[in-house]
Amino acid sequence: MGRYLIGRLGQSIIVLFLVSLIGFMILNLAPGGPLSQFALTPGMSQADIQRIAAQMGLDRPLIIQYFDWLGRLLVGDWGDSFRDGRPVLEIIIEHLWATLLLMGTSMAVSIVIGIGVGIAGAVRRYSVFDYLATVGAMVALSIPTFWFGLVAIYLFALQLDWLPAGSMTTIGDGSVVDYLRHLILPTLVLSLVNVAIWSRYMRASTLEVLDQDFVRTARAKGLSRYRVLVHHIVRNALLPMITLAGLQLPTILGGALVAETVFTWPGMGRLFLDSIGYSDYPVVMGILMLSAIFVLLGNLLADLLVAITDPRVRLA
Amino acid sequence: MTTPKDTDRPLGKLPLDRRRFLHLGAAGVASLILPWSLAEQTLAAETVTTSGRLSIGFSQEPTVFNPLMPHIEVDDGIHWNLFDPLFFADPQGNLVPALAAEVPTVENGGISADGLSWHIKLRDDVRWHDGQPFTAEDVAFTFRLTVDPDFRSARHAGFDLIDEIEVISPTELRWTMSESYAPFLSILATTFIVPSHLLASQPNEAPFNNAPVGTGAFKWKDRVAGDHILLEANEAYFGTGPGLEEVVFRYIPDITVLYTQFRTGDIDVIGMQGIMPDHYEEAKGLNDKAVVLVPSASVESIAFNMERPQFQDPAVRQALYLALDKATILDALYYGLPEETESYMPHQSPYYNHELPPHQFDLEAAKQLLDDAGWLPGSDGVREKAGVRLSFTNSTTAGNQVREQMQQFVQQTWLALGVDMQISNRPPAVMWGDYWMQSQFDSVVVGLNFLTGSDPDVSNYFRSDAIPAQNGGGQNTFQYQNSEIDRLLGEGASEPDPAKRQPIYHQIQAKIRADLPLLPLFQYAYIRGYKDGLQGFEGNINTRISTWNVNQWRWS
Repeated sequence: MGRYLIGRLGQSIIVLFLVSLIGFMILNLAPGGPLSQFALTPGMSQADIQRIAAQMGLDRPLIIQYFDWLGRLLVGDWGDSFRDGRPVLEIIIEHLWATLLLMGTSMAVSIVIGIGVGIAGAVRRYSVFDYLATVGAMVALSIPTFWFGLVAIYLFALQLDWLPAGSMTTIGDGSVVDYLRHLILPTLVLSLVNVAIWSRYMRASTLEVLDQDFVRTARAKGLSRYRVLVHHIVRNALLPMITLAGLQLPTILGGALVAETVFTWPGMGRLFLDSIGYSDYPVVMGILMLSAIFVLLGNLLADLLVAITDPRVRLA
Repeated sequence: MTTPKDTDRPLGKLPLDRRRFLHLGAAGVASLILPWSLAEQTLAAETVTTSGRLSIGFSQEPTVFNPLMPHIEVDDGIHWNLFDPLFFADPQGNLVPALAAEVPTVENGGISADGLSWHIKLRDDVRWHDGQPFTAEDVAFTFRLTVDPDFRSARHAGFDLIDEIEVISPTELRWTMSESYAPFLSILATTFIVPSHLLASQPNEAPFNNAPVGTGAFKWKDRVAGDHILLEANEAYFGTGPGLEEVVFRYIPDITVLYTQFRTGDIDVIGMQGIMPDHYEEAKGLNDKAVVLVPSASVESIAFNMERPQFQDPAVRQALYLALDKATILDALYYGLPEETESYMPHQSPYYNHELPPHQFDLEAAKQLLDDAGWLPGSDGVREKAGVRLSFTNSTTAGNQVREQMQQFVQQTWLALGVDMQISNRPPAVMWGDYWMQSQFDSVVVGLNFLTGSDPDVSNYFRSDAIPAQNGGGQNTFQYQNSEIDRLLGEGASEPDPAKRQPIYHQIQAKIRADLPLLPLFQYAYIRGYKDGLQGFEGNINTRISTWNVNQWRWS
């Protein structure tokens, strides 16, 4: 186990290094750059822009800029944003909190409902419920989030005036109830798709277990339907879901760009897009590195969990 | 991607009919005869009750709060509320004193007749938001910081001409300049004074940059990055207002959502980028909302790269202008909202030349012009002369649908003329990067504000030594070179007397109109909206943003 972990760690460091190098180069080679947004500013001349680029060290060779950045990162300095000058980590943590709140809520809702629907659909295969769930999942997966978000706003905010049209809190309020009210619409929109995904996976996974020998044996022993379902079927069907959850971990942190835009939620997805738009290299690189770390961590965690929960799997 | 530049902007007709327009012109002239008629009146602090909260939606996020550092339009929207310049330009172009006790002129002795010595008197009743007194040292500090080689200053123009600054007393300072530079007055009108006691050390990383302290009508309260900025009333403000207790600037990145939140009342004022032209009619019918057209100094044009062989013959540029169906473009594509123009100079400017020849759409005359100049159709119908085909690309920001439709329309009209224009659009970062700055284009569709504040100087765009592709430091990406224009621009910039400057800039406009390095299309105007009951909202072409006077806003 210990040797396995050390091996994985070594691999991860190589992957992280490659991600940072490729990311940094692609980012810098893309046309534009952090100062191109000032190209049409009245009163700012080309000479001003060149002077500022030199002050920011952007006129140095790319490889030197990269190792400068990497060197700082290794001693824990993630750099400062080109936009508001604040430390990158501080900015990311601020947005991460908003994203965790939204994605965490919607993921919890989706997993609970999705797994329930998936099990029910599998157990009562080809029933009316199963057909409805299948069709519903297909429809949900096909609806564009942007459109559904605007429809939800139109209905619940504009027409019925029940819920706020967007943002995380009412400024100056900040009570739990206020947060919850603002969470309802984006959670609804995000969960729609995720319930569909989870229910499909869970249904397939349950069906696979249903026909296995040990289920028949359990039934033959005369165990109650409930006991067979919970202790034998669901327990085994849930195993692949751990891997799925591990793979979904980075998405939670990456945020939901579209939902965050429609509901003006100050999360990671929008931070990433805005930072790319303004060529805010330090923030983009910060998000890139964190995402890479989380992807590696999510995979490792999933593998370890599977090994712990499933005695058949041994890590070597 | 969000660009601070010139992407899908709402357009609109200037809220002026012909008579008011002429009237305004007259007012402009009057202000030249009595140069700064408002100079005598200072901002008397009226008694205003401060109450209520207001929320303003922007589709871009303000992130730069040190007004001297490089920033974009939307950041100005915050700066105007936190800081004050020495004086500023009102919507009519008159300079109004703010931190200064009066606007310096040659008449009142503030500026010497040769334009080299300046003398400014300041108000004595101003305090920074942290309670420290505002003094002449702060002004001197701001000037020095602007050209400090270690400071990431947005611009040097004008400040680099200051030889030495002498602080005479806490309310008085004097400086001399190495050459007379009339635009400096309007540069000062958009330069916010920053506190020396908070920026003296490490101005690039000072805590001030994310917790700004100014003299303005509102104080910094809070910011949630990616979401909003909260300002609160500065009860000790020396000028008018504030009439609101709190102002919230909300960041709403999507234009559709911005409009929706305006409709739902989640935001009281829809700021940049405002309402799209295709929603204008619907927006005007909204209950309890006022929708207004706010003119801007930006002018939309088709600009040429004058170094390209196709564009060196003036007959070609004139023929292309003749064959430009501006009326149809404005009516069919821009909902008839924007106002046609013949100049790079905004109509509201007192320096606008009303005598410019009006554009006419005449395809036959255009053909005749090219025939006479020797540009004759080749075998494929495209005109050519001495081996040069009238074939070129036209570029602009990819994804700007209205502009792309316009390009296609122009392409068809010009094809009938025997001119082959190919559309080659690029994403914003590519378009306005080296491709634009280093003049790698043939022709572009671009919206530009040629002026710096309210000053008519356009050296940055039309002087022959301002061509970046030829190692110049300016923005003359058209590579336009005209020694006569160079001479006039030099004259205009060194003449401190507005009355004497006016004929110079009239001449410059007439020459540019005749030379046509760019084909002027229209002057931008934006559609903005606010909840009924809000008073004080007023557009100002001399600022880049409609939240320049929130100190005067209040709920009725």
